[in-house]
Amino acid sequence: MTRTSHLQIRDFKGDIPRADAEQLERVWSRPKGLLGWLVTTNHKDIGKRYIVTAFIFFLCGGLLAALMRLQLMKPENSFLGPDLYNQFFTVHGTTMMFLFAVPIMEGMGIYLVPLMLGTRNVPFPRMNTFGYYIYLLGGILLFVSLFLNVGPDAGWFAYVPLSGPHYSPGKRVDIWSQMITLTEIAALVGAVEIITAVFKHRAVGMSLNRIPMFVWAQVVTSFMVIFAMPSIMLASGVLAMDRLAHVNTHFFNPAEGGDALLYQHLFWFFGHPEVYIIFIPATGFVSTIVETFSRRKMFGYLGLVLSLVSTAFIGFGLWVHHMFATPVAELGQGFFTGASMLIAIPSGIQIFCWLTTLLTGKPQLKTPLLWVLGFIALFVLGGLTGIMLASVSLDLQVHDTFFVVAHFHYVLIGGAVFPLFGAFYYWFPKWTGRMLSEGLGKLNFWLFFIGFNLTFFPMHILGLHGMTRRIYTYVVESGWGNLNLLATIGAGVMALSVIVFLTNVFVSRKSGVIAGANPWGAPTLEWGTASPPPPYGFLYLPTVQSRDPLWSDKDSPVIVGLSNTKREVLNTTILDAMPEHRYELAIDSIWPFALALAAGGSFIGAVFNAWAIPIGAALSFLVLSLWFWRGNEPKFLLEGIQHTPSSPSHPSKRVLEETPA
Amino acid sequence: MQNRTGTSLTLNFRLLLCIPIMALTGCSGMQSALNPAGAQAGRISGLWWLFFFVLTSVYVLVLIFTIAVFFRRHRSSLPLAPELPHPPRERRAQTIVGSAVGVTVIILFVFLFAEFATGHSLQEQPEPGALQIKVTGRQWWWEVQYQDPTPSRMVTTANEIHVPVGRSVQFQLQSPDVIHSFWAPNFHGKKDLIPGHPTTLTFKATTPGTFRGQCAEYCGFQHAHMRFVIVAESTNDFQTWLEQQRQPGREPGDETEKKGKEVFMSASCVMCHTIQGTPARATVGPDLTHLGSRPFLGAGTIPNNLGHLGGWVLDPQSIKPGVHMPQNNLSPGDLRALIAYLESLK
Repeated sequence: MTRTSHLQIRDFKGDIPRADAEQLERVWSRPKGLLGWLVTTNHKDIGKRYIVTAFIFFLCGGLLAALMRLQLMKPENSFLGPDLYNQFFTVHGTTMMFLFAVPIMEGMGIYLVPLMLGTRNVPFPRMNTFGYYIYLLGGILLFVSLFLNVGPDAGWFAYVPLSGPHYSPGKRVDIWSQMITLTEIAALVGAVEIITAVFKHRAVGMSLNRIPMFVWAQVVTSFMVIFAMPSIMLASGVLAMDRLAHVNTHFFNPAEGGDALLYQHLFWFFGHPEVYIIFIPATGFVSTIVETFSRRKMFGYLGLVLSLVSTAFIGFGLWVHHMFATPVAELGQGFFTGASMLIAIPSGIQIFCWLTTLLTGKPQLKTPLLWVLGFIALFVLGGLTGIMLASVSLDLQVHDTFFVVAHFHYVLIGGAVFPLFGAFYYWFPKWTGRMLSEGLGKLNFWLFFIGFNLTFFPMHILGLHGMTRRIYTYVVESGWGNLNLLATIGAGVMALSVIVFLTNVFVSRKSGVIAGANPWGAPTLEWGTASPPPPYGFLYLPTVQSRDPLWSDKDSPVIVGLSNTKREVLNTTILDAMPEHRYELAIDSIWPFALALAAGGSFIGAVFNAWAIPIGAALSFLVLSLWFWRGNEPKFLLEGIQHTPSSPSHPSKRVLEETPA
Repeated sequence: MQNRTGTSLTLNFRLLLCIPIMALTGCSGMQSALNPAGAQAGRISGLWWLFFFVLTSVYVLVLIFTIAVFFRRHRSSLPLAPELPHPPRERRAQTIVGSAVGVTVIILFVFLFAEFATGHSLQEQPEPGALQIKVTGRQWWWEVQYQDPTPSRMVTTANEIHVPVGRSVQFQLQSPDVIHSFWAPNFHGKKDLIPGHPTTLTFKATTPGTFRGQCAEYCGFQHAHMRFVIVAESTNDFQTWLEQQRQPGREPGDETEKKGKEVFMSASCVMCHTIQGTPARATVGPDLTHLGSRPFLGAGTIPNNLGHLGGWVLDPQSIKPGVHMPQNNLSPGDLRALIAYLESLK
């Protein structure tokens, strides 16, 4: 870190100094080829990689869901046996929660947050890269095990004693528990990146009350991750120890004085906040899209921010509503009922503010906004059935039935996947420089909306009429056949819609309309640089004077004086984002990848032998020593980089008119 | 008061909505939370309809405002210039949003107190004369034991529960293996059976009839086939049934049945099952003393008749894969005799 002696904020007119852009390009680009791909620490590379990987897992999880729907299409179907069905629903749930929803939201954050903050990268770039690889390893582990027919089959929640060594012999549950640990390490890494970036690397002038809604959503989510994930890692780690030969702890074994309910409390202390960890980033997409396409400033910014923060707090106080059928005293249940209903208030405030913004603005119904309107229609329905689940009495009837399956798919698909698709349509031009097709986008939306309702609405009725969850078949006399057939048809329509989306992506990536820097006329900083953005993000770090700089700020000055021969960014103060000091970021490195292999290998090896942990720890120590050993970087990673303090770079004109080098 | 309103609401709405839905979808109502046959399920269903109508109204309102966005849309392929908010309109909007939040809070309070009232009524202690039934969940069947101060008068059966109408029944729920959940939706909500945490559930049947229930907590391979039948009947019918169940296993009536009993006692059946009044006293599998009177086999997997029973005894794995009952290699003659004997155990 260097003192701020050279740092200045200036307002300059004149040509963009090409030499500066070229020099920054050299300093911030990753090396070419496969090696460059492995060593990159650029947040845009890692963010895109998270998004693509998580979307592939979404397709895999969706395929499993389609197969399950085929099995349930008619009573006493023999398409899948109990063994495959149980593996499929376990892997479907696990994939959607741990490999799709959380990582894709985090990937969106890792790509977009530094751009929205007007900085060049995440604050700990190597750790960020490590996070991605460890997540990828976890995902590969799960699907390889499924293909080898040793996929986990104890449910995505893996309740003990069913998941314990006695009732789930073999390696299936061990694979589940280690996969949890790997993906949650990645989640924690991402959370640390985002919190640090938001508090220390904001553009000068972006005081707390000017942070874009999307960034607020990301930072609130990251705090939730930091409090929630350790709980599940503890639960899954201890479960692995209970199961591991020659370790054999008995934390959850009732026969040896352990407790089966302890596991449920640990699991749901994570499990309920998890829902908000998925939903809150989606509210960030919604706020962003609503603001841009209503062509007005967000109504109720403060209310929206406070809603997010209060949701995050209350979200930790209602996990027991997943456990109302276990012995919990009446007064205790009352508190959790109260908290569960309370959360409807911040959610309601958000919905009211979005609708007000739309109705008092000039709404332009582009595809992203269409997905957001779909989100409101579906998420509100899921939220209202959620109020029913808050009531102990009603919950006792519908808990663990298809009513709950319907409820949380309305909340998670309606509440998170719809905004996510909207976000894809919204930011695709930023990622690729080309627009997605509006026509295919609308087809994509309507097929998904109709298919979704056909699939999940009947499940409410099925649940009330006694259809329990996680059953691989049902008898004819139950009378559940017709509605299940309808649900299966709906799943087919959804699959068709996803194919339309993929077609749209592949076609538009090559031949879509060229987007330009800001095709939607949006107000936030990421649209102030080229599409796709250069590796260094902004030629000169921007400053802001309002919440929507591209709409309201006229002639904002830019930051000059940061080194262009090092990867340097600017640290700012937490509250007012005033410049503090220059901060040098680490360069690309192979060690994050190596550490992921060492640490990941150690967790995966522990499925088979406890010795994998000490061996993996020693290897990780070795790799970390190399990681922190400055001066050992190979030449090809140092192109354009000098470790000596440099003279201030040349000034530039306003950042918002900047063009790519 | 609350209770009476709840029940009459339930009845009306069952006629209005529930029956057409059941008719349309083919749902039988034998395993339905909206077709209560017990006092507790009745109160819950009253609460359900309160939530349902209030929340549906809220939903319709939100939908109207969402659809309104379609009618206010501006058609322009280029982004319109962003607009500065008009202060008077913003203030009006603030008032409207503030009122909407206020209404939300009021609705939530109404729900909260309705829930507390219903929840508290479900917590009531059973009357002193409540019938005591111990239900043990096992992978993947239900052991049902009618308690009695005299041990010899206790009755053990499986996957079939009879309850008298108009008398409280307290279920003592326990599990020796994994977590199960006992759910008979026509009578009450569910309650988990957790190893190391015995629980209870009390309800009072109000309508006679035959209903279904099933395990609601994923409990492994055959969770789907862990079902039971629950029969609510008049006190007289119930007493007759209970008395009949107290009898030891019926002695073989003819030569075939006699041979069947010999097969049972000499084959591996005796390692797991009990037939009262015979040397078969094992408790690994279901008690078979009155197997012939039960409607289903394999915890609701298949109907109980000669053909199905034969298939079940020979190869239960093909009917309920993973079930903890082995295949049995019996000669056709032995099998026929065994089936005849088992079906005679009324």
